[in-house]
Amino acid sequence: MSRLLSEQEYRKTRAFKIKRWYRGEKDAYIGNIEMKPQSPFHEDIETAKQRTHDEAMLRRAIYDIEHNKKLAVFSKLYKVVSVLFVFALIGILLYIVSYLPPTGNAANPDNNEVAAKYIEDGMKDTGAVNIVTGMILDYRAFDTLGESNVLFVATCTVFMLLRIDTKSKKREAEENDRVYEPKNDIILQKVAFFLVPMIIIFGIYVILNGHLSPGGGFSGGAIIGSGLILYVNAFGFKKIERFFTQKTYKWICFTALLFYCLAKTYSFYCGAHHLETGIPLGTPGAILSSGLILPLNICVGLVVACTMYAFYAMFRKGGF
Amino acid sequence: MDFVQNVPFFSILLSLGSGVLTSIMSKKIARMWNTFVLIAITVMSAALFVYMLDVREPFIFMMGHFPAPWGNEIRAGVLEAGMALFFCIIMLLSMKGGQKHIDEEVEEAKINLFYIMINLLLSSLLALIYTNDLFTAYVFVEINTISACGLIMITQHGRTIEAAMRYMIMSALGSGLLLMGLCILYDITGHLLMSNIKASVAYVYAQGTYNVPLIASIGMICVGLAIKSALYPFHTWLPDAYGYSTVSSAAILSSLVSKGYIFLLIKIFFRVVGFDIVVDSKIVNIFFVFGLLGMIMGSVNAILEMDIRRMVAFSSVAQIGYIYMGFGLGTTFGVIASIFHILSHAVTKSLLFIASVGLTDASNNSRDFEDLTGSGYRNPVAGIAFTIGACSMVGIPMFSGFISKLLFAQAAVQNSIFKLLPTLICLAISTVLNAIYFMKTVIRIYTPASAVRYGYLKHAVGKDVKAYPVYTLALVLLILLNMVLGCCSQPIVNWISSGLGMFG
Repeated sequence: MSRLLSEQEYRKTRAFKIKRWYRGEKDAYIGNIEMKPQSPFHEDIETAKQRTHDEAMLRRAIYDIEHNKKLAVFSKLYKVVSVLFVFALIGILLYIVSYLPPTGNAANPDNNEVAAKYIEDGMKDTGAVNIVTGMILDYRAFDTLGESNVLFVATCTVFMLLRIDTKSKKREAEENDRVYEPKNDIILQKVAFFLVPMIIIFGIYVILNGHLSPGGGFSGGAIIGSGLILYVNAFGFKKIERFFTQKTYKWICFTALLFYCLAKTYSFYCGAHHLETGIPLGTPGAILSSGLILPLNICVGLVVACTMYAFYAMFRKGGF
Repeated sequence: MDFVQNVPFFSILLSLGSGVLTSIMSKKIARMWNTFVLIAITVMSAALFVYMLDVREPFIFMMGHFPAPWGNEIRAGVLEAGMALFFCIIMLLSMKGGQKHIDEEVEEAKINLFYIMINLLLSSLLALIYTNDLFTAYVFVEINTISACGLIMITQHGRTIEAAMRYMIMSALGSGLLLMGLCILYDITGHLLMSNIKASVAYVYAQGTYNVPLIASIGMICVGLAIKSALYPFHTWLPDAYGYSTVSSAAILSSLVSKGYIFLLIKIFFRVVGFDIVVDSKIVNIFFVFGLLGMIMGSVNAILEMDIRRMVAFSSVAQIGYIYMGFGLGTTFGVIASIFHILSHAVTKSLLFIASVGLTDASNNSRDFEDLTGSGYRNPVAGIAFTIGACSMVGIPMFSGFISKLLFAQAAVQNSIFKLLPTLICLAISTVLNAIYFMKTVIRIYTPASAVRYGYLKHAVGKDVKAYPVYTLALVLLILLNMVLGCCSQPIVNWISSGLGMFG
């Protein structure tokens, strides 16, 4: 063979590797990706005993349909009545809908001075090109303040239910994380490597342009949250904990909501007393415009993103 | 604008903000901050109440720079200010009365979450009281529901999680119906602001074009709120939720959360739809029937119950029945009686819950009737408080329960014979049934325990039953409040009727 390279050097070249891969002699993923077949479900004897005992107890004490005639009748009746109820409700609602004003009719009661002012004066009053954002964050900001607190209280309730506080249980949960899927999936990691920055940047764009184009805090926050969830799926909790831990979550939520509360307290107070807030509205269409709407959008976006990620982490392993 | 008119807005935002603040506080500071917020809002509401009694003219507070149909607004009158004051007092006393149990039963790491829930619950109750906008009301109904759910399951064992689950499902159904009702109402009136809806509804009703959706939306709103406040056939979530959660949660849930929804319903009756149209729609008759059923069935279930906390919980079903029966009478005086009963029941039920937990503490934490024998001697304060609460529930003069029964009877007498007779008969039956289960308990706790059992209990309880000054103080204040409602009822009734007059 007339070769410029020796056999050993040739083996190091990319051409050889590609050729080998093409022939199917070597699987590129061996050694790089954890390839763990699913292990069959194991249950130690104690828990199995406990489980069968519980099930038997449940059947005997509560769902003893063979001996408890009342319960048997009830459970059958329940199914029938619930189906009847649902159909009755559907029927009633459809009947009502047929009496409602037709959609898109100009003479409908909801095409009144309220909607007209939002459309005509929205840009002048709030400085936001996107009327919807102007409506939820300026005209009716009190409702949105309540709505972002709904998210906050919902995460608190999920925390209450799912958060694991004892150290041993927490370690167990961490070890059991990803029992059923391989770690370091290269395909997922490579895809996430390209996608996550784009998703997060897109989310930031949607939040920052909330007052200019469709979108805003809620939708942008949801996009960022899904980016974070993709990241944690690809790279695991260890990597994400370098920049996003429970502490970060707590402080981000705290700062965003507190800023929201304080800013709105100030603006409500000024509004009710007919004082000027001193916050410039700017030129509509510019990125730095529309007064408080931009910072509030950022706050809402942060809260929503954190909430989305916190829900995922809670259900996944009971903590961050 | 007078400075005191900032109170509604400031108290809502203070409690909302302190919910957020509590998330980073340590356990001890969170507790102190919560007490501070409750006291501060109580004081502010008292100032507002005094001011309103003087001015006797409702005022509107703009939430933001835009006037009402476009922006949000809140509205306060005598009734709202008084309700806010009363709710804050009851909440403060319930928290303080159950403080020891909160510290013991709630996990160390989760106690912050508990105070977050309490703060947000307070803000949502205040917002429900003051709001003049239906959508704002809906948003705060959501906060109210979720935080009430959190309060139920803060002590985590199977029972509370099951109870929270049931509560969540029933509440979700209620919220769904409420939201659909509001949507239909918006579709046919084009407004979310309460006063504007009332004008449009009167117009629409006179025209008769949208009568079917109008009646349906009233029905859906009423049923949704009735589910959330546990009117009789929808009461199944109640006994577990009140019976197994920590005592402060139970007291707050029974005396405030369900009352918040009822207050919203009154508001919808008077300020959104107009009481004439509600009476005309015959929905009040449905309330009347189920209210009467609830009065009887709640008491029957309470008699059958052998667990003191669940017994008190079932008694709530009966009392909610009274309130809806008052709406069902279809007269303004009936609604006044119902509002008085809201106050009376709130003050009595929190007293009973807190007293009953003192009795169970003195009986080795057993809630069984057998073990409660003689507990009135082992924990004298709780025994006396329970007896007074029971007297009030049964309707002994001097206490608030008597006045509300009297008012209901008066309201019934003004009605036609078809509502007069059932009301009076059911009132009588319900009073007897109340007396059966409450007097049974009072006799039980004052029967001296046999020497063997007493020795065993004393050994088991040990030195745990010492008087906690805060607990005693909370009970004494609740008893005093009860006596005030029972002895000086006339000014309070006057206040309610003038408040209701400036409601619409």
